[in-house]
Amino acid sequence: MIKETIAAIATGMSNSGIGIIRMSGPEAISIADSIFVSARKNFRLSDAATHTVHYGNIVYEDNIIDEVLVIIMKAPNSYTREDVVEIDCHGGVYVMKKILDVLIKSGARTAEPGEFTKRAFLNGRIDLAQAEAVIDIINSKNKYALSNSVKLLNGKLSEQITEIRKDLINNIAYIEAALDDPEHISLDNYGDKLLITVDNYIDKVDNLIKTVDNGKIFTQGVKTVIIGKPNAGKSSILNILAGYDRAIVTDIAGTTRDTIEEQINLAGITLNLVDTAGIRNTKDVVEEIGVNKAKELVGEADLILYVVDSSTELDENDYDILNIIKDRKTVILLNKSDLDTVTDADRIADITDSKVISVSAKDNTGLDELSDAIVELFASGEIDYNDEVYVSGERNKEALEETLESLKLVKKSITEGLPEDFYTIDLMNAYEQLGKITGESVEDDLVNEIFSKFCMGK
Amino acid sequence: MNVVENYDVAVVGAGHAGCEAALACARLGLETIMFTVSVESIALMPCNPNIGGSSKGHLVRELDALGGEMGKNIDATFIQSKMLNKSKGPAVHSLRAQADKQEYSKRMRNVLENTDHLTIRQAEVSELIAEDGIIKGLKTFSGAVYNTKAVVLCTGTYLKARCIFGDVSYYTGPNGLLAANYLSDSMRKLGIELVRFKTGTPARVDGRTIDFDKMEEQCGDTPIVPFSFTTDPDDVQKEQISCWLTYTNEKTHDIIRKNIDRSPLYSGVIHGTGPRYCPSIEDKVMRFADKDRHQVFIEPEGNYTHEWYLGGMSSSLPEDVQYDMYHTVPGLEHAKIVRNAYAIEYDCINPIQLKPSLEFKKIKGLFSGGQLNGSSGYEEAAVQGLIAGINAAMEVLGREPLILDRSEAYIGVLIDDLVTKENHEPYRMMTSRAEYRLLLRQDNADMRLTEYGYKVGLISEKRYRHLLEKKEMIDKEINRLKSIVIGGSDSVNEKLMQMNSTALNNGTSLADLIRRPELNYDMITDFDPDRQPLPKDVIEQVNINIKYEGYISRELKQVEHFKKLEKKLIPADIDYDDISGLRIEARQKLKSYSPRSIGQASRISGVSPADITVLLVYMEQHRR
Repeated sequence: MIKETIAAIATGMSNSGIGIIRMSGPEAISIADSIFVSARKNFRLSDAATHTVHYGNIVYEDNIIDEVLVIIMKAPNSYTREDVVEIDCHGGVYVMKKILDVLIKSGARTAEPGEFTKRAFLNGRIDLAQAEAVIDIINSKNKYALSNSVKLLNGKLSEQITEIRKDLINNIAYIEAALDDPEHISLDNYGDKLLITVDNYIDKVDNLIKTVDNGKIFTQGVKTVIIGKPNAGKSSILNILAGYDRAIVTDIAGTTRDTIEEQINLAGITLNLVDTAGIRNTKDVVEEIGVNKAKELVGEADLILYVVDSSTELDENDYDILNIIKDRKTVILLNKSDLDTVTDADRIADITDSKVISVSAKDNTGLDELSDAIVELFASGEIDYNDEVYVSGERNKEALEETLESLKLVKKSITEGLPEDFYTIDLMNAYEQLGKITGESVEDDLVNEIFSKFCMGK
Repeated sequence: MNVVENYDVAVVGAGHAGCEAALACARLGLETIMFTVSVESIALMPCNPNIGGSSKGHLVRELDALGGEMGKNIDATFIQSKMLNKSKGPAVHSLRAQADKQEYSKRMRNVLENTDHLTIRQAEVSELIAEDGIIKGLKTFSGAVYNTKAVVLCTGTYLKARCIFGDVSYYTGPNGLLAANYLSDSMRKLGIELVRFKTGTPARVDGRTIDFDKMEEQCGDTPIVPFSFTTDPDDVQKEQISCWLTYTNEKTHDIIRKNIDRSPLYSGVIHGTGPRYCPSIEDKVMRFADKDRHQVFIEPEGNYTHEWYLGGMSSSLPEDVQYDMYHTVPGLEHAKIVRNAYAIEYDCINPIQLKPSLEFKKIKGLFSGGQLNGSSGYEEAAVQGLIAGINAAMEVLGREPLILDRSEAYIGVLIDDLVTKENHEPYRMMTSRAEYRLLLRQDNADMRLTEYGYKVGLISEKRYRHLLEKKEMIDKEINRLKSIVIGGSDSVNEKLMQMNSTALNNGTSLADLIRRPELNYDMITDFDPDRQPLPKDVIEQVNINIKYEGYISRELKQVEHFKKLEKKLIPADIDYDDISGLRIEARQKLKSYSPRSIGQASRISGVSPADITVLLVYMEQHRR
């Protein structure tokens, strides 16, 4: 009964010397073949003997992703008794994720927790004692994944998905009600109307996919605090990193009083960004709460981005802050490099060992350097990533991509002038895929929707 | 001394389910006895005067392909016919015919009476006889005992039936017929769980008092398409009787709202659960308060009578309110009511007690079909009756049961839904319930199911051969159209432009041309000089299969995956308590439903994919 080809990162999701991506299933070798360019001319993995190792590059859309070793193990002499391909790559998280991504784009799907072992068992590879262990793994991991895939969604995104789903089922129900009761409900010109809606969905889902790519969908990641004096430009930096306006950015010092969370992905590392009220000695009570909170957050942070306004002199506040963040993982951002520089990098380097980068939130400069600096800090492997979180993230992305695909098919059906009953086939697919993300089952939704919204029957 | 007789199969009830069940058993050569409280009420249509409609039409076609009678019966007795959804895709085309109710019953009775091995008996069955979980026969109210190898229950809405309007209620079946008041208790004694459902019917009025000028005429189709694959279309072209359309209005709604506290539904007199898809007019007005009017279809009950059916206005309001309310409807101002509208409450079973063969899990040889299983509608009843009858016969004959899955037939969807899902209202078929709708079309029911009917023994050798020939013609023609490639000559392109299509740049197969939304098989005749004349139904299949090939092949792929899970059968003696990894809810559900396959298990609400994996691992462990 097992047919699909599955893939997963077999080593942990942390930076290590070597990473292994494993793939199992009937298409494993052909999928690997489609993205592997051997160092040997005209060599194809499908011609390779079982249990052989091959050297070459993973190439996708003409880009070399990594230099790898590929190990071929043919059925039934493999762990799962299916065709298995292992790709040994450089162990960076970013590279492993990229390769897995490419495998999925080429036809594999993300493995469920414990699925390799499950296949090994169902294909008769492992014995009865091990089977018990398999059940345990599946159970615990599923519980984890189940609770996580829902919990990990941040509220806003889950809201967006729920909203699209609600709208989808409403449209499906309308069409179905009309098909079921054509004498009561008319579908005249419904296609034109639906086309506008579907275009809108396509945009929304497209954006969601980008969001997932940037890692915003999860509340877990490297806890990153942006601090600085009022009006140093913390919010502007955050907005640039996050890619859209979130905090209110004004010229009045002390605008941002609450901490704001945002997830971004820099070179494969998920940063959970927290903006804080400016730290300074203040008598403003409201501001005070923010400042205390910020001091507290600095204590909990994995990474601190300290924003200094380079157009003003360092003052007592700066020394205070630099004192607080001494010995912490910190990148210092000299903001407003577009203005006349009063405080420069050398000046700060006298006080602290942290990396200093000149940026301009206004001109969008210095961000590449920042990204490199962060990667450098974490490439040393001090932060672990939770691979379960990553797996459900990948699955969500798959679901979103399938949603997008289905919506495009609806659009195609409408523009090609197919009858209305064809629309609901793909609309329903989209609805089901989105349900996988929010963890809602589809059961009887449609029939209930039809009955509650439409007055049916004679 | 009481009468004692022996039969192979007893069928309890002679409605649409009972007729199909009894005919199937008798036609398979089993000595069959069919019980009815009244021989005059055989194949009675106590509610709407039509057969078919959206998705119900599919059921009738499927039943016909399996060797059932309903399709033939309506073809012989209809007075108007319509293909619904003709402007939509082929998957949702649905045939519906208005019946001459009396003719319909009469013809069915005639067929039954002329079927060998079939005995019709007027009597109220009051008791089932079973020993050690095996059915042994039944007893009638008068004390006669019938020893049988199988019993098929098709009691419809008759068990402890109660008809209600306002504060008036009668303990009768539909149309004032005798209710069956004892069988429920006997079933309970055998451990069968019963629930109470409700449905309703509108008033009938005298056509001579209807002002049709105030209504819109609803004509039938020409040409008429028959239901049965065996009916020659030429034989059914005839003059048709129109239906009429009118609407309720604010006045109607006002009267209903003012008197809603007198409705037994709202006052709590009725306890049964009613269907949401077929709400009473008071339900519509209360639940959809924003609608200022509702459609009312005025349908003839037959040629024999002046009675007309008021489709869309079923009600259980008191008689005086009914009078006032109906008289507000344009065209019905002076209408004389012949029969009041009423609601009916009845006992039916919780169908999760049944296997997909419609046999009770706990009582071998006892089968159940139709409204007793919590469904509603003549067509839903008929197909269940047929399947229950066939499987009772298969059991007596020691053969494998006929189980259609969700990818093969609407019948499969209907039965799977009934036996697998929690059902809280009378179940009606809908096309949206079918996952593989594009494959389960009414036009290809014969292609899908004739072979099953043939294997069971209800389809003749001749009819089966005819189907095989049809299949071959279709395949051949599709292949031919795919292999012929034409170029974009000036004459071809000119004709294409004339048909609002786009010109060809390079070689294109005839199949590709048919696939264009604006073209079809008939339109490209000029480009296809070698075309041989083919029967209409063959051309229809060729056209649909080519045009929607992309969608069809996608659904076929899904079916492939679905089938794998369906074929993984769960051993009947599996002990769910022995499976350590199952969640408690899943364990309880699996125990109470005892699904036949992994596929069915996965559709039970409360059983998660993780539970299914645990189950698979456990089964594999035990297989070794």
